[in-house]
Amino acid sequence: MMGSENDDESHLHSSKEEMENLFLREDGDPLTINHVNGDKSNSNYRSAMSTLSDSRHPSIVVTPADSDPLFAPPSYYRESRSPRSKPNGGDRGSSYLEPPSYADVIFSPFDDISEINGSEDGGSRHSQSSDSLSRSPSSLSSDYIKITVSNPQKEQEATNSMIPGGSTYITYQITTRTNLSEYGGSDFSVRRRFRDIVTLADRLAESYRGFCIPPRPDKSVVESQVMQKQEFVEQRRVALEKYLRRLVAHPVIRNSDELKVFLQAQGKLPLATSTYVASRMLDGAVKLPKQLFGEGGGASSVEVVQPARGGRDFLRLFKELRQSVSNDWGGSKPPVVEEDKEFLEKKEKMYDLEQQIINASQQAESLVKAQQDMGETMGEMGLAFIKLTKFENEEAVFNSQRARANDMKNFATSAVKASRFYRELNSQTVKHLDTLHDYLGLMMAVQGAFADRSSALLTVQTLLSELSSLGARAEKLEAASSKVFGGDKSRIKKIEELKETIKVTEDSKNVAIREYEQIKENNWCEVERLDRERRADFLNMMKGFVVNQVGYAEKIANVWTKVAEETSQYGRESS
Amino acid sequence: MESTTEQPRNISGSMQSPRSPSSQPYLSVSVTDPVKLGNGVQAYISYRVITKTNLPDYQGPEKIVIRRYSDFVWLRDRLFEKYKGIFIPPLPEKSAVEKFRFSAEFIEMRRAALDIFVNRIALHPELQHSEDLRTFLQADEETMDRFRFQETGIFKKPADLMQMFRDVQSKVSDAVLGKEKPVEETTADYEKLKHYIFELENHLAEAQKHAYRLVKRHRELGQSLLDFGKAVKLLGACEGEPTGKAFSDLGTKSELLSIKLQKEAQQVLMNFEEPLKDYVRYVQSIKATIAERGTAFKQHCELAETTKLKEINLDKLMLTRSDKVGEAEIEYREIKAESEEATRRFERIVKRMEEEIVRFQEQKTEEMGVAFHQFAKGQARLANSVADAWRSLLPKLEASSTV
Repeated sequence: MMGSENDDESHLHSSKEEMENLFLREDGDPLTINHVNGDKSNSNYRSAMSTLSDSRHPSIVVTPADSDPLFAPPSYYRESRSPRSKPNGGDRGSSYLEPPSYADVIFSPFDDISEINGSEDGGSRHSQSSDSLSRSPSSLSSDYIKITVSNPQKEQEATNSMIPGGSTYITYQITTRTNLSEYGGSDFSVRRRFRDIVTLADRLAESYRGFCIPPRPDKSVVESQVMQKQEFVEQRRVALEKYLRRLVAHPVIRNSDELKVFLQAQGKLPLATSTYVASRMLDGAVKLPKQLFGEGGGASSVEVVQPARGGRDFLRLFKELRQSVSNDWGGSKPPVVEEDKEFLEKKEKMYDLEQQIINASQQAESLVKAQQDMGETMGEMGLAFIKLTKFENEEAVFNSQRARANDMKNFATSAVKASRFYRELNSQTVKHLDTLHDYLGLMMAVQGAFADRSSALLTVQTLLSELSSLGARAEKLEAASSKVFGGDKSRIKKIEELKETIKVTEDSKNVAIREYEQIKENNWCEVERLDRERRADFLNMMKGFVVNQVGYAEKIANVWTKVAEETSQYGRESS
Repeated sequence: MESTTEQPRNISGSMQSPRSPSSQPYLSVSVTDPVKLGNGVQAYISYRVITKTNLPDYQGPEKIVIRRYSDFVWLRDRLFEKYKGIFIPPLPEKSAVEKFRFSAEFIEMRRAALDIFVNRIALHPELQHSEDLRTFLQADEETMDRFRFQETGIFKKPADLMQMFRDVQSKVSDAVLGKEKPVEETTADYEKLKHYIFELENHLAEAQKHAYRLVKRHRELGQSLLDFGKAVKLLGACEGEPTGKAFSDLGTKSELLSIKLQKEAQQVLMNFEEPLKDYVRYVQSIKATIAERGTAFKQHCELAETTKLKEINLDKLMLTRSDKVGEAEIEYREIKAESEEATRRFERIVKRMEEEIVRFQEQKTEEMGVAFHQFAKGQARLANSVADAWRSLLPKLEASSTV
């Protein structure tokens, strides 16, 4: 997401060699000791920011391939259960310490290295976040469920076709670690392919209408060649992990059967790809009630509660379309107007919010890039001065040259130090501002929830107007038949059938209304929850961002203050 | 630093206090007040050059003249011609990107650089006595124009073009005379110096390049903070309390810091990147002096050679009691005089350079020290502002999130 420039990588590679040669290590400068040695797995700099930022925010940072050999690689470890975070019973976001100086607290080196278990998954170098469910009211981080996606492997499609060598696909290992009782087990692992994720997402969408379901990763329309490429696979792995973690963070969806099955059932995923009977045909003559009957008779609430799908519910779609058109033209008015107004307002507010989140997240990306660039250029300048220092020292003839070389060396090492701080600042900034990115996904989920509501309403309205037209027909028939003395056998039969149809439609309508009400309530709960959580998440994001900026600014100020003092004999005028 | 062949007094310049007691000679110059004159392509900037002095050769105590960039170039070229061996202070570059040429920042930077240029000359123990300097500081504008046109004609040639021309000339003559290798000094110390100067230019140029980029980065970061602040404020407008207010405060701080970053960018440009550029220019000026020394050395060698030949020839003629002896003797004397003059010139360059290099190193140590100091102060100040600004948000943020 937040890309970083890699174009200076090669330059830095060679510069790193130079730096090793050039650096005079006399002063025990931690800069030289740690980084000239190219210590790549240097975890000393896992910033305490991760403890101070929102510990329960399930977002994972997507790390670009920023393997910077010159400086410590940015550490994206999010430690939500480090000993430093305050336990907070239900308190949303204040796992904050109150340090006298942020610089001191934040940057004391960590001895807590326990969470660096990148070994268990070959693919994942980063994001070992454990998703503690401190969103639940009883949170003391005692309930937990942690999902890891790892170990992508190529597998062959088992096919009976005559074509030799079937197509290949990638499967991922999905490991769950939990102490939730619903899962009856603490550690399990399954293999799934992307298609299974799609199935899971579809099933959840059907079962949880009205809920803000996190959107699944996109299907990519790419060639199979690209699909195999490591970069694509890695991106997808990260996206899958993020998605699953979001799912288990949702208080309702976490307990869904579909998800449990997905995470636990070994072998092939036992979720149907569609609830619709496969044999249902495109049948224009099938009437709506019969569709709703299904094969077993009686109103199948499952189908009623699903929006009409193209192809299968041809007739229903047609009717609902007609209904929505007549709605638009003020034909038969929907039963409740008042609520809709509130709903429409809310919808518009959500839309505005989404636009602003998009904008803010774009500007956040620019900010990150600018910070990155600043750090890089500062470092390059420092290196150039280091070279100049070495040169002057080698060629010095006069004392003035040696003095200058000395000044330059202090300056250069400070520039390199400051550069490193900028980069660390940035990697933390990415973590915090990623909250904005995450909410983009959630806003999509909200849209989905609202869409569920609208389509449920449409179903209700369609049934209502169907009822009213059926009723009108029945009345007409009865009126006509009453004129025939003794009864009109054929008409009476028709009336009977019609009354039967009306009854079934009435039942369906009631089911649809119940469903609609349920969805409305789901909507409302979800939006409430989202608003609450978003407020907490955004506040935490801001706090994290700000504390981070303060800490690193203090560090950088210290570096330069020292240089200013060391060169104070040169400043004649104050400015 | 005083040369024994020139006047012994050292005039204090404007870099020291101008309020020196009136008995002590002083010469203080400032370049001020840039004004755009002319229209379109012909447009140029003119500067007021104010000279305060008690020197007898000058119209004191104060004289103001109007000068333009090409007048400064004239002065530099004349000094380069007359004071071979001295590192003539460098001028800021002539051309600039068209639309930037009249921006306030560029004009100010150039003015500052020209001020430094003149003051360095006024401070230099030899150059400060130059007649051309006097002309530059005192002559009325018409006279100045005349001098300028006389010297260079309508088409101005930069000094190094002239130098290149001379180099080509001498190379051609070498080829004609059948000399393959150009005659060069090969003393170890001088070789070392030449190598040092040429390498130094490369290193400095790279450092300066990065310094310039750093200025840009400051500007970019400032811009992105501004945009981020605006976006965050808009986001806050969509949210209820306390998030809305928090976003609004965050955005305001971000915009505030953006301004500080732009200011610091300008400071870095003027107080750090420009001195580095000046350093590079100075080294280039030294390279020109090195070339002059090379020419002088060659002349000295060639004339010494020619003199010897003439002497041998004269001796031969004297032995044979030829009637051409008289002529030959006159020729010999003339060549000998020229040769001695060339040798004197060369040796003067060598001596001057020895003194100049010491002076140069000391000056640069001081100037770079100042530059580092200014940069560090600026960065520290900026970082502290950043810390203060963000820190001020924390109490409210803490309070909001525990609600």
